[in-house]
Parts: sequence; structure tokens; C-alpha cells
Amino acid sequence: MESGSQENGNATPVVRVQDLVKTYHMGLIDVHALRGVSFDIGKGEIVAIMGHSGSGKSTLLNLLGCLDAPTAGSYFLDGELVGDLSDDALAAIRNRKIGFVFQSFNLLARMSALEQVEMPLLYARDRQRRQRAEEALAVVGLEDRMHHKPSELSGGQQQRVAIARALVGNPSMVLADEPTGNLDTATANEIMELLVLLNEERRITTLIVTHEADVAARTQRVIRMVDGAVAADDLTARAESGV
Amino acid sequence: MSLADGVRLALRALAANKLRTSLTVLGMVIGVAAVIALMSLGAGAQASIEANIRGTGSNLLFISPGVQSATGGRFVDVSATSPTLTLADAEAIRDAAIPGIVDIAPTRNTNASLVAGGNAFSTQIIGVTPSYAEVRTFQPQAGRFITDDDLRRRARVIALGQTIATELFPGQNPIGATLRLNNQTFTVIAVMEESGQATFQSRDNQALVPLTTLQTRISPSRTLAGDDIVSEISVTLADEDEATIEAVTNEVSALLRLRHDVTEDDFTIRTQQDIIEALGEVTGTLTLFLGAIAGISLLVGGIGIMNIMLVSVTERTREIGIRKAIGARRRDILVQFLIEAVLVSLGGGIAGAVIGGLLATYMGGVSFGGRSLEGALTPEPVILALAVSVAIGLVFGIYPANRAARLRPIEALRYE
Ligand SMILES: Nc1ncnc2c1ncn2[C@@H]1O[C@H](COP(=O)(O)OP(=O)(O)OP(=O)(O)O)[C@@H](O)[C@H]1O
Ligand SMILES: [Mg+2]
Repeated sequence: MESGSQENGNATPVVRVQDLVKTYHMGLIDVHALRGVSFDIGKGEIVAIMGHSGSGKSTLLNLLGCLDAPTAGSYFLDGELVGDLSDDALAAIRNRKIGFVFQSFNLLARMSALEQVEMPLLYARDRQRRQRAEEALAVVGLEDRMHHKPSELSGGQQQRVAIARALVGNPSMVLADEPTGNLDTATANEIMELLVLLNEERRITTLIVTHEADVAARTQRVIRMVDGAVAADDLTARAESGV
Repeated sequence: MSLADGVRLALRALAANKLRTSLTVLGMVIGVAAVIALMSLGAGAQASIEANIRGTGSNLLFISPGVQSATGGRFVDVSATSPTLTLADAEAIRDAAIPGIVDIAPTRNTNASLVAGGNAFSTQIIGVTPSYAEVRTFQPQAGRFITDDDLRRRARVIALGQTIATELFPGQNPIGATLRLNNQTFTVIAVMEESGQATFQSRDNQALVPLTTLQTRISPSRTLAGDDIVSEISVTLADEDEATIEAVTNEVSALLRLRHDVTEDDFTIRTQQDIIEALGEVTGTLTLFLGAIAGISLLVGGIGIMNIMLVSVTERTREIGIRKAIGARRRDILVQFLIEAVLVSLGGGIAGAVIGGLLATYMGGVSFGGRSLEGALTPEPVILALAVSVAIGLVFGIYPANRAARLRPIEALRYE
């Protein structure tokens, strides 16, 4: 089952989760969103997380992104236990180690693309943020749209800005929750191509939640969730063919 | 996030809602302007009263009958039922040749109506001796002052304050003219110099007659023993030294106690400083009271800021979630919203200080009830108002900002 991480030998995995449980309390009812999830993700892997609606994919991604805390279980990020860390320590982890890409882009309406991408560096007190943000935008192919606001960009371009924002701080991994869910097929392909390219060229560990088989097919490994548990964890044909 | 980045961010957020920001700032402007204008007016009143008292002559001691309350000053005479100061007391003080005393001037006041031609003027008449002009530094501008001869003859002569002179004799030279006082004819011998300021009774509204004339012809007032009663004895000192003041006060007290055959003082000796302090307490309280009233509008301004900040935090929940997702710490969010609140209140404070300052200056020229109010724009209320407006921004901003900072990132991100 842990086939994906085996190729990394005994190097410290970027992510190691063990018996991760998340239970939401809705009044009298407990919703078991995650019922004991365990897996490792090695450095440089690109992994798709699939499953039916409500199977716990977003819940899992939020835990991995330190946006939320698990009810039980442990989570090691870069070998470090992300347990009872303070809010500020978690904020620092999100800032330095994690890049988010959301289905709904989550850009700030009033800001230009450049400013959006600078924002993580603002909180990291990076003095060269302008230059780094420009570079990140160039990587996603938006060097000529740097001063556009979200309302002046297409959906695909907005998602590129979000990817640049996720990349700019050199994170340990990029977490993308249905990054192509709001885009047409052609644009979705472009975004997937970009994520795969970044993974290949820069060895950025990438987790992509998706419903679409052809998106998953472009990754190396697919984790299938059913009802809050991992039902399958396999290498894809692309990984097996060694591309 | 650095402070400069925070300010830049806050300015943009405020600029995104210009009307709302302006209205919130306006609330602060009104509060701060009111505080500064009212406090300045209070301080101006205080300063002009003080100048007025000092203007009546320096190095002065005032002896008045009865024991007077400490804070009420000279205007509340709690035991005036048996006035005890007489002209003979004044003469005794002069004759005692106490070292440190330069001159003395006994006076007695009464009220009467002056009539000249078709004009009448009801006012305070003061019976004085020739030394009054020197002691109280109040000289005739035209004509001559009351002389010893006038005093001896109980002459029906009168020196008029500026206001009375122009009211009774508009467009005429009053010197040598006559007027009626208690159905007697008085000759105007002088028009006094302008004293300008108004305390409680402007000297421009007073008329001076010889003390003996007042005693015998206008308003006789004697003790059972037949001594002429005086309202007050002013004493000029050689200098303003504490030692001189104390020595003279002790000597005069001893002398008066002996003469009145009492062990407890039945008179009060006050320095000019005492009077200024007593009045200062009154005007100071008034100033504070005005400030407090204005302060309420400042409070309302602060509540306005809090209200708007709460709305803003709710509206921007998603933004807060995004910022937290990419690494903003609690403190970053807290500071961001606090800076917004403080910028609004400080902006209002600065604009309010300017407007309040203009108001204080402008109102200085307006007169109320015949008295012109001086605004005294001192730096203190301005600095105070700015400090207070920053404090208001912090106090009323901290709750909304804290609310924003404590939002859980995942919930903030989900917020629609
Ligand atoms: N904040 C919450 N409070 C209560 N229950 C929740 C909350 N968030 C998620 N859940 C529940 O947890 C389960 C997993 O939800 P999750 O969002 O992880 O599903 P998902 O796999 O991402 O679905 P989708 O493909 O529709 O996005 C669902 O049953 C959902 O109703
Ligand atoms: Mg989901």
C-alpha cells in the first residue's frame, strides 16, 4: 500500500500521517470525516487524492495544510510532529512550508497579481519580495499580467496567480483542492500541465484533490478515499512506465 | 509584517470604503474639535480673569471684613452679618507705619443709578480716597482724580469709567458736566482710563466718588460706635517677597485684632495670588466640565469606530482566512485592524484639532453678554486630543481587531 514512498528509500518523508482521525460534532451527531488515515508522502512526489463527495478529501488536505487540527492521530511534516503547536507556530509552518491552491482561487479582490504573490513574503518579512514575486509570476507565465487585479484576469490566469502565490515561498509542498474544478477542460489541462511541470522541474511535492480521472492520471500516485478511510493507494500507469 | 507595510495596507483598506471611512472620521472630528474649542475657551477665560486681577495693581493685599470661605473667594462672605472693618482701622494701619506697606486705600461700595439728560445707568459706586488711583493702578484718562480737598469737603464730584461716560454722555465731553445721583447733583471730574477686561464687574462700569461723600451723602453706614464702615482696604506692598507678605499680614492682623478686641480674626487678608487661585479653581472646574461634555462626543466617535471595525471584520472574514492560510499570525491580523482603527481616529483627531483651533480663535472675537471671550489655544489640549484620539483608536479598535485575529483559519476561509 505504501508503494508510492518506497522509491524514496529511508529518506525522511515530507508527510507522514498515522491513524489520523477527524470528527466533527454537530450537536448530538458526530460526523466521522476521517477514520484513521495513515500514509507517507516522499519528497518530490505528485499525488492525487480521489474519492466521492463527502469522503473526507478536503478535510484531509486541511489537516495536512495545518489549517485545522486532527481529533486524533499524528502528523509529521518534514519529520517534525505537528501536534500541539500554537496558532502562531502553525501560521509560520503554513507560511514557510505549505502552498495552497484552492478551487475558488481565494485571491484578494483589491490587489494586483504582484501584490497577491508578495503577500506570503510580507508575513515572512522577506526584503526581496518584489523580485521573488516577479519571478514566481514569470514561472506561471504571467509576467505581462503582474499589475492586473483578479477581476481583470481569466479564471485560468487567476489560478496561475494562486499557484505563483503558493510557490513563491519555496514551500515543502503544494496542496491543491480541486484546482481545476472551476475551469473549462482546456484551461484545466493547462493548469495541470503547470503543476506537473513544476513538480518535475523543481521537485515540489504536490498533493492534488480531484474528481477527474484524467487529472489523476497525470500524477504518480493516487490515494483513494472512501468514507473517511484510505481504500487504495497505488502508483499510476505514468509512474510505472517511468515517465 | 513591518509597520510601514501595515500602514500601507490599512490605508488601502480605508480607501476602498471612502464614504464609510469619512463618516467615521467625521465622528472623531466633531468630538476632538469640541474638546479643543471648549477647553481653549475655558483656558482663555481663566487667562483673561487672571490678567484682569493682576491688572488691578501688583503687590496688593486685600483686607475685608468677616471670615470668608477659602474656596469661595471674596464673593462669598459667610459672616458678613456684622461688618467690622472701619475707616478708623484703615487710618490706624496707615499710622502704624508698618514696614513693607507703601500705601493703603480703603473703599466702600454701593449701587446707585446715575442720570444725565435722558440717559440713566445703574451701577456700582465706589467710595475712594486719593491713594486709590496709585494703589489700584487706575488713573484718569481725562480730568483730575479725587483729591484730599474733595475728601475733606465731601465734594459732590464723580469720576466715571469709560463705559458709563459714553453711555451717559454720548458724543460729548463729560468733564465738567453734571449728573444726578440719588437726587443730588454731581460734577464729573474725570473719565478713567480703559481697563478693558471683564472679570465679574468691569472697572469700566464703575463710578468713583470721595469715600466721605459716599458715607455722608449717598449711603451712610456706621458701626454702633459711630465709626464709618468700609468694604475693603487695599494695601500696596514694597515688594512681592513671601517674607514681606507674611510680615505685613502678621502685623496688620495683630493690629486689627487688638483694635477689634478679638482673639479670632473677624477679617480676612488675602493676597492677589489667593484670589487668582480661588478663581482658578472655579474656572478650572468649569473648563474641565466643558471638556467632559465635549469628551462625551469623543466617546461617541470611538463607539462609531468600533462599530465600523466590527462590520469590517465580518465583511472581510474571507480575506482574514486567506491571509491566515498563507501565514499571517494572530499578531499580524491584530495589528492590521488596529492600525486601521488608529488611522481613522488619528485622522479625525488631527482634523478635529485644526477645526477646534480655528473655532477657538474665531470664537475669541465673538462676545457673549457684552464680554468678549478670549480663546487661548494652548498646545496642551491639542496634544491631549491627539493622544486621546490615538488611545480611542486603540481602545475601541482592540476588540474588533482581536476578534479578527482569533478567527480560526478554516472557518474564516469557508465564510461566505
Ligand atoms: N465544518 C464541518 N462541520 C461538520 N461536518 C463537516 C465539516 N466539514 C466537513 N464535514 C463533513 O465531513 C465529511 C467530509 O467532508 P469533506 O469536505 O472532507 O469532503 P470532500 O471529500 O472534500 O467532498 P467534496 O468532494 O464534495 O469536496 C462530510 O460528511 C462533511 O459533511
Ligand atoms: Mg472537498
